Amino acid sequence: MPSLIDLRRRIRSVKNTQQITKAMKMVAAAKLRRAQERVIASRPFSQNYEKLLANVVAAAAGDERVLDNPLLASRREQKLQVILLTSDRGLAGAFNSNTIKGAQAFISEKAGVQVQMETVGRKGRDFFRRRANVTGEHVGIFEKSLFADADRIAKTAIERYSNCEVDAVYLIYNEFKSVMSQRLTVKKILPVPVPEGRASHDYIFEQPPDQLLGKLLPNYVGIMVYAAILESAAAEYAARMVAMDAASTNAAKVIDQLTLYLNRVRQASITREIIEVVSGAAALE
Amino acid sequence: MAATFELEIATPEKLLVKEAVTEAQLPTADGEIGVLPGHAPLLSELGIGVISFVTEGKRLTVAVSSGIIEVLPDLVRVLAMVAELPADIDMKRAREAERRARERLDTIKENVDSARALNALKRAQARLSVAEMNR
Repeated sequence: MPSLIDLRRRIRSVKNTQQITKAMKMVAAAKLRRAQERVIASRPFSQNYEKLLANVVAAAAGDERVLDNPLLASRREQKLQVILLTSDRGLAGAFNSNTIKGAQAFISEKAGVQVQMETVGRKGRDFFRRRANVTGEHVGIFEKSLFADADRIAKTAIERYSNCEVDAVYLIYNEFKSVMSQRLTVKKILPVPVPEGRASHDYIFEQPPDQLLGKLLPNYVGIMVYAAILESAAAEYAARMVAMDAASTNAAKVIDQLTLYLNRVRQASITREIIEVVSGAAALE
Repeated sequence: MAATFELEIATPEKLLVKEAVTEAQLPTADGEIGVLPGHAPLLSELGIGVISFVTEGKRLTVAVSSGIIEVLPDLVRVLAMVAELPADIDMKRAREAERRARERLDTIKENVDSARALNALKRAQARLSVAEMNR
């Protein structure tokens, strides 16, 4: 039977852990709120940009020069680039392992194709550093979530794509569906998936549509990367919040069980002492 | 015809300006355009420079670079990759950037980099003029 002191010590240690997980949950909740605000703040831009791009594409539809745009040229996929978004920190439940598993599944699906990895976030980098051809890594960009970072990643991808170093570029990231669930998403960003739509107004074009398109497309890639970064950050904090909440609940359960056991042990030792005293007195009579 | 139209300036990070304005000047890739209420629908590439607009009798400015402009009769939407309000501009950094851009322009001859240096100079100057106008 464990001694009372040992039991008390264990309860204290579990309580300490519970305090930490509770604190982490609070922090994740606060960060999640900020990440969600960022997603909402970026919406007016990305939605309108998509709409305008669709307009320009519709206006330029008859133009043959549009097809010459290097960012629309679709080639047979022999060399791929994967941009994988994981988190910088762990303790977010299955968030990172699910993402990495998804990426591995994607790669093995594309058997016989060369895959280059570009990792955003420390966890993905640490995993793939020795296992895949990692061409670039970005750590510590989720905290600030600046557009400039996304744009830089997009520019490198565009450069590789237009130099024919890769034939397609995919983003793998977690979409924030709700606090309870994230959805792993694989999205092709190069060749650019052009948003469909019809011309909503009869616009005057200051520049010829094909020229305008040439300017719009590179930025569109950056916007898609940026949107993915924001989604992934929100998903990460949501996953961490849920994981830490579960950990706190588990700790509470363990504390309850240990306390119950502790009381039983204490009771048993008291009962034993009483029996000793009583039987000692009875022996004297 | 309405006396004002809505001006929206958005960057990927946030919606910067959303106001009823009476007139606006916008830098396009091919030069400045002025917009009054009831303008014909127009799409144009946003250049590097200063957007200035009048709202409630006050003239305000924003420094922008690269993006797209959509003009509708009652709405002007500017989607800029970079846009800065006067309050966000660090004068010291902007001056420093201008000086560096000038230096680079002087040292390099005609080549690909000179266009980039010129753009950097234009951005720095736009920023400075916005910051100065609002002091």
